[in-house]
Amino acid sequence: MAKIWIRQAVLRALDDAMTDDPTVIMMGEDIAAAGGPFKVTEGLLAAHGPDRVIDTPISEMAFMGAAVGAAVCGMKPVVEMMFIEFIGVALDQLTTQAATMRYLSRGRLTAPLVVRASAGAGQGFGCQHSQMLDHWFRGTPGLKVVVTSNARTTYGLLRSAIEDPDPVVVLEPRVLYAEREEYEFDRNYRIPLGQAEIVRKGTDATLVTCGSMVRVALAAAESSKANIEVIDLLTLWPWDRKTVADSVARTGRLVTLEEAPEGSGWGGDVVSHIAIQAFGSLKAPPHRITLPEAPVPYSGPLEARFLPSPAYVAEQVDALVSTNKSPAPWWRNAA
Amino acid sequence: MTISNSNAPVARREALKDRLEQLTRMIEIRSVEERIQKLFAEGHVRGSTHLANGQEAVSVGIARSIDPDDIVTCTYRGHGHALALGVTPAAVLGEICGRVIGCAGGLGGSMHLVEPSVGLLPTAAIIGAGLPIACGAAMAARARGNDRVAVAIFGDGSANIGAFHESLNFAAIRKLPVVFVCENNLYGEYTRIQLSTPVEDIAVRAASYNMPGVIVDGQDADKVAEAMAEAVARARRGDGPSLVEMKTYRYSGHSRSDPATYRPAGELDAWLKRDPIDIFANRMVEENILAAGGLDKLKAEVREAVELATAEVLQSPGPELGEIMAHVGAYSGGGDQRWNFWSK
Repeated sequence: MAKIWIRQAVLRALDDAMTDDPTVIMMGEDIAAAGGPFKVTEGLLAAHGPDRVIDTPISEMAFMGAAVGAAVCGMKPVVEMMFIEFIGVALDQLTTQAATMRYLSRGRLTAPLVVRASAGAGQGFGCQHSQMLDHWFRGTPGLKVVVTSNARTTYGLLRSAIEDPDPVVVLEPRVLYAEREEYEFDRNYRIPLGQAEIVRKGTDATLVTCGSMVRVALAAAESSKANIEVIDLLTLWPWDRKTVADSVARTGRLVTLEEAPEGSGWGGDVVSHIAIQAFGSLKAPPHRITLPEAPVPYSGPLEARFLPSPAYVAEQVDALVSTNKSPAPWWRNAA
Repeated sequence: MTISNSNAPVARREALKDRLEQLTRMIEIRSVEERIQKLFAEGHVRGSTHLANGQEAVSVGIARSIDPDDIVTCTYRGHGHALALGVTPAAVLGEICGRVIGCAGGLGGSMHLVEPSVGLLPTAAIIGAGLPIACGAAMAARARGNDRVAVAIFGDGSANIGAFHESLNFAAIRKLPVVFVCENNLYGEYTRIQLSTPVEDIAVRAASYNMPGVIVDGQDADKVAEAMAEAVARARRGDGPSLVEMKTYRYSGHSRSDPATYRPAGELDAWLKRDPIDIFANRMVEENILAAGGLDKLKAEVREAVELATAEVLQSPGPELGEIMAHVGAYSGGGDQRWNFWSK
């Protein structure tokens, strides 16, 4: 099995999608001639030409909206937002225009487009280039949101997103691009949107997570005293309620591990659903491991503490399992 | 759900080649807008409406200059454009009254009129939203090796939002077949243009994006059509986008709740003296297409047709409960029948 950079999985998924479907086009800043600032579109211009791999001006509203128009008129645009924060100035086109196209036309017009973006913290990009921001999209009727977690899920989710008949946001944890992994490409491999995966079986607690936190959860499960089941949610909206509920029914405990502040994290929705639908199977209160309610710090040591570490996650889950009480987060203990 | 899939919109569009029909359509737009005000008073309309009476020449002038295959994006002040493009009075009034007969089955409302068969994408309730979407439609046309054009219709208020500048820039560098049509009716919502915009003519902004900027008498349907024909031909030839500014005036306020008391005394009266229907009718009398005094007869006929359409609308039921969840995504059902702009 070959070792690849995870960013190569992005590139391969885009390349294969463009080869398989001539209506797939790409738009974004510096994606064509320069090959992308993260090198995830390198070579696509040469392979597919300037009519399909399109460098845009720094005009997110224009190219996000152009993607909507092109999608409605029969293309499958894949838009790159270099950093997910960049979509802030163009959010209307996605959450208000694309997401209502099918509804307002009563199924006569659709917007099958993909917005992919690098997202998340961990590399010292500072507070305006380090957020996940999935809550800007999650819960919007008509939109889907997925988060990649390794080479396999990157390829499988991206291919499915591009083939989906509706608009999909693909968040790619930037910190993973330069990770190396053993992975053999299979161009027929897909991960159905809306399906979570149990990536580690366990009996004492269900730890639900996604994105770059999957690695943290798996490492935590190895060092924890408890036997932790880890679920990679993969699709944040609409998320796989059944897989999570079935797991909690077995383990009796629910913990979410989120790269988001408590107030905007997806765990609020997961916890509320399980508390309402599976209250009887819970041995302990549901618990959420989140980021503090603060912007992402630039300082290396501070950012490292800001993000949940495997040791911290293990400590939190162990405390929950041993006491059946929800432990306080580190920033409240410190205060 | 029985959204009309008849070919009526396309036939109505084709009919606009006839000059008498052009006049009739302008009268129809005026009559429908007036009927909407009445329907509101009668309690059949929810939310708000944004009337465009006074701007009929722009709508008909544009519609007669482009093909039913061309793509149009438009703002919420779109009743007139929808009618001109071919949407039937019953489909427009039905949508505004929230009935099944409406062009979006009663789920969209006044601000969201749509008819794929004549290229009308859902009209947008967000200022500037339609400009980048038109750029994308134009990109798709080019990618399909097609000579269709996209027309983005917006108001002077849209000329100050980022999407306007980004879209003109984007279309210009990619030489996209787009015609940007600014209906300058002097007011962005409740605010006069001088208070929001440092230039009197929006068209001058075309220079920044290296495209033609044309100023047109928007009260004269022939002048509108002439300017549109040139911009559309340029786009079809592959020579890129244009910005066409229509000088016009809305007789009503911004929306249902706006009495437009901010307008200087005499302004409305001055514009009423250049009423687009009168201008066109007088020319047709000169051309011997319309008999002297024929306008009043025509107005009465159209008003009666609009009354019939209104009666049909008021007999149409509202959408069924199941429609709430239908067509949200492909997964949610509803019997989606995707329109293929390229099937012909």
